[in-house]
Amino acid sequence: MPVNSTHYLFLSLLLFSIGIMGALIRRNAIIIFMCIELMLNAVNLLLVAFSKIFGDADAQLFVFFIMVVAAAEVAVGLAVIVMMYRKVQSVDINILNRLKH
Amino acid sequence: MGIYDIIFWILSAIAVSCALGVILSRNPVNSVMFLILTFFAISGHYILMNAQFLAIVNIIVYAGAIMVLFLFVIMLMNLNADVEPQKGQLVQLAGVISGGVLFLVVLAAIKTARPMEIDQTSTEIGLIDNLGKVLFTKFVLPFEISSVLFLSAMIGAIVIGKKEDTKQQGLQKDNN
Repeated sequence: MPVNSTHYLFLSLLLFSIGIMGALIRRNAIIIFMCIELMLNAVNLLLVAFSKIFGDADAQLFVFFIMVVAAAEVAVGLAVIVMMYRKVQSVDINILNRLKH
Repeated sequence: MGIYDIIFWILSAIAVSCALGVILSRNPVNSVMFLILTFFAISGHYILMNAQFLAIVNIIVYAGAIMVLFLFVIMLMNLNADVEPQKGQLVQLAGVISGGVLFLVVLAAIKTARPMEIDQTSTEIGLIDNLGKVLFTKFVLPFEISSVLFLSAMIGAIVIGKKEDTKQQGLQKDNN
């Protein structure tokens, strides 16, 4: 069976679910950030696949903009993590429980 | 089964197994390395789908810039030992189940989708020539706005990351 759109849907869904599971089961804030990157990349892959199927360049430009937003997000997020590490000497997100008090 | 399908299956296997490595390895540095491998596999998919520009940008921006930033932070905080506290078994099981249920629900939704054929011959749309024309005509406003976003993210990262004000620390000392 030749590769068609369903294969790419399954692949990106699998990568996205792995990202969700990682974000739920890990406690290290940096790993959770990396799982978010993984989810963004799963969506990028699907956008490129449909760009190929429909022969339209717009989706590839959207991937480009998603990469821009991801880079900005990582810069700010890692700054937040570094600040958190300076305050509490740990990147364990369970410590952030105290924010609710 | 043509060469396209064989490359697709190999790259998919690499991507999924490395993604599993990201969330299962105990050492954060190993996670970063697995994530870089995943990005390379996804770049391979982009090349397979004639999106050469995006493949190169993916390697330069993600594997080259973002993951190096992650590595810097991990090395800076000396986190490369596997001393991370684990979540409880129950919470981990709940996480895996909720992720798996999401997978099954979306799988059931797309199972009946009409499969669309992929034109396996080479096309021109992913080349930088075509993408540049579209970017600077149709998407010129989002392009300019994203530059403002970058500027604000840069300033935000500096403001968040800088040390506390010396004036404020003086006040705290006075209070003490």
